Amino acid sequence: MRQSRPSGRHTRRLASAAVVATAALVLAGCGPAEDIPVLTWYTNPDDGGQATIAQQCTEAAGGAYRIETSILPNDAASQREQLTRRLAAGDTSMDIMSLDPPFIPELAEPGFLAPVPEDVAASTTEDTLEGAVAGATWKDNLVTVPFWANTQLLWYRESVAEEAGLNMNEPVTWDQLIEVARDQDKELGVQGARAEAMTVWLNALVESAGGHILENPEASAADVQTGLDTEAGHQAAQIISTIGQEGLGGPGLATQQENEAMLLFQGDSGSFMVNWPFVWPATNAAVEDGALPEDLPEDIGWALYPRVVEDQEPAPPLGGINLGVGAESEHPELAWEAIECIVAPEHQTEYFITNGNPPSSASAFDDPAVEEAFPMAPTIRESLELAAPRPQTPYYSEVSTAVQQRFTPPGAVDPEATPAETGQFIMEVLRGESLL
Amino acid sequence: MPTNVPAVDPAVPADPGRGSAPPGGSRGRRKAPTSERAKAEARLGWWLAGPAFVIMVAVIFYPVAQAVWDSLFSYRLTAPADREFIGLRNYATILTDGVFWSALGVTALITVVTVFVELILGFILAMIMHKAIKSTRGLVRTVILVPYGIITVVSAYAWYYMFSIDSGYVNNWLSWLPGFNDELNWFAQGGTSLVVIMFSEIWKTTPFISLLLLAGLAQVPEDLSEAAAVDGANWWQRLSRVVLPNMKAAIMVAVLFRALDAFRVFDSIFIMTNGAYGTEVLSLLAYRTSIGRLEIGLGSAISVVLFLCVALIAFVAIKVFNVDLAGSKGGRK
Repeated sequence: MRQSRPSGRHTRRLASAAVVATAALVLAGCGPAEDIPVLTWYTNPDDGGQATIAQQCTEAAGGAYRIETSILPNDAASQREQLTRRLAAGDTSMDIMSLDPPFIPELAEPGFLAPVPEDVAASTTEDTLEGAVAGATWKDNLVTVPFWANTQLLWYRESVAEEAGLNMNEPVTWDQLIEVARDQDKELGVQGARAEAMTVWLNALVESAGGHILENPEASAADVQTGLDTEAGHQAAQIISTIGQEGLGGPGLATQQENEAMLLFQGDSGSFMVNWPFVWPATNAAVEDGALPEDLPEDIGWALYPRVVEDQEPAPPLGGINLGVGAESEHPELAWEAIECIVAPEHQTEYFITNGNPPSSASAFDDPAVEEAFPMAPTIRESLELAAPRPQTPYYSEVSTAVQQRFTPPGAVDPEATPAETGQFIMEVLRGESLL
Repeated sequence: MPTNVPAVDPAVPADPGRGSAPPGGSRGRRKAPTSERAKAEARLGWWLAGPAFVIMVAVIFYPVAQAVWDSLFSYRLTAPADREFIGLRNYATILTDGVFWSALGVTALITVVTVFVELILGFILAMIMHKAIKSTRGLVRTVILVPYGIITVVSAYAWYYMFSIDSGYVNNWLSWLPGFNDELNWFAQGGTSLVVIMFSEIWKTTPFISLLLLAGLAQVPEDLSEAAAVDGANWWQRLSRVVLPNMKAAIMVAVLFRALDAFRVFDSIFIMTNGAYGTEVLSLLAYRTSIGRLEIGLGSAISVVLFLCVALIAFVAIKVFNVDLAGSKGGRK
């Protein structure tokens, strides 16, 4: 059915309104504000620190660029999935990316990352801690810029250590911790879930015993050799197996990640825990909220990661975030300029104090405000110098998933068989002979 | 199939007086000539259905064809230069790997158990909804349908937190049971994890089955039950000889739809265990291979196998169990 036509006057009025609206939109679109290039920064979730730095650097740029943040999923594996898919699809919005170090080789190898200009590499790493630089490098080239670096400490309850007669100023071993937990009927805060945390734990144990999960991580999938069926691999498996089989990690060990380990440590059965520094602000916040007893922080001490071999330095886990630029970014020069601003030591200091993520810059640790907020900052710095990265291979995700599948639940780990089986499984998966 | 052959040739209008058959009949001819009007209507039908058909091909057949094509390659998203045609080798890898058969077994177990339990519970709920007195009928139906209205991921989280050893309260509830260990970590082993996963699936989708069965119940003529009652049939005889046979189509459609749904289970397992400790299912395996490992070739092959399994279920249900999808919509067989 045909509708009656609007009157001429009505039509003219409508047309005038449309012209005015269109003109307004066009003018708004062509306004000076829109001439500023927008850089998208894909950030991992935090307490808002990266968004604040983005705003500060936008202001400092004086109109040269504007940084907008876009938050990635919560866990590292999901972040990797999204970034990789976008990069593989040639997404031009990948201007700045917050990247977890273990996943960097996978993005660098196919050329998904824009090369770091020499002057940017020099200016952003002049006082960066060694471990953080190692995590930002692939095949001897700096492919990303370290932003913050993370490591795990040994957290302990002073009362438990005192009763056990342990001198926590001296290095302690995993065997000692196991002994104390057994004797005092306490639980150890470790991460035994089938998740990335398990690879973090196993890698730290193997590296602390002087071994490596992969002997030649830079090799192609067909040539990779695993180093698990070794003395170091067996010692690591023995520790995991003992804690799992004797129930020393609590009933929730098989599904326990960092947060659950912290809750266990904060409870009555808490004794020792290996965990990232976030536990300190989180515990204090819970005390302030009245969820935990007021005197709890006084009972918490910290030390370097426990040793596997008594006379050998530990190799604590290395984490953190590096910043990379997508190869298809439309503004790579501006992105590197923005990254230089983002990783400035003063921003790293502020980020540590407000969000609890330690700096990768050595000088950022020298700020007196840091030690005030984090009395364990010197221990964190020392730990970062000892820290060992997880295997740096383009196939890290597969290696990690294979490790998780064979080393969980911890109670089912057989110190004699599991390391060799895992090594075999990793090689079969990488050669495309096994499903994962 | 013989039972499905219509007694009357559909090309011949049921009422010759109103159709286009030539007057006087046409003995010996199987088909009456199609009138201009019928041809025009057929053309209009194609014009109306055509766009939908094209869209269907674009959104369903194209991705399936692409997956079949990709499954013939060794292709990793982060190594596009190493892409290599390997024929059916991905399928050989899948079909000779215990991980695949274990995932298939878990998928089948979840499908069989949940569909069976849901069918029983759904029928009971459908009877309650059917028999509820008029004043409370709306309320009863709403209450029963609430779980189905909840997003699967949300319901999965709810069940996860209920049973989780850190935040869950179920262990507290069950602690009075003799022999029950209140430190039971439900998600640390396959058996207990699957129990929770199946509970959540059953809780979530039983209303769907009960809704379909309610429609089937409403189709059973009341006079048949009344006649059986007059003849002295008891409640069970009326149910098994009159009600159930008359709603067979609705039951089979409910089973088919739900079985296809259950076979593709993903959300609950992704949230609760992420496939750990023997809870891996086919859809999760396909996801982890394609998205997690970025092995597009191998992942596509698993997706194709999953697709074939689903197609097989549909085929078996429709052909072997003789499900008449039209019959459930009120038509007669």
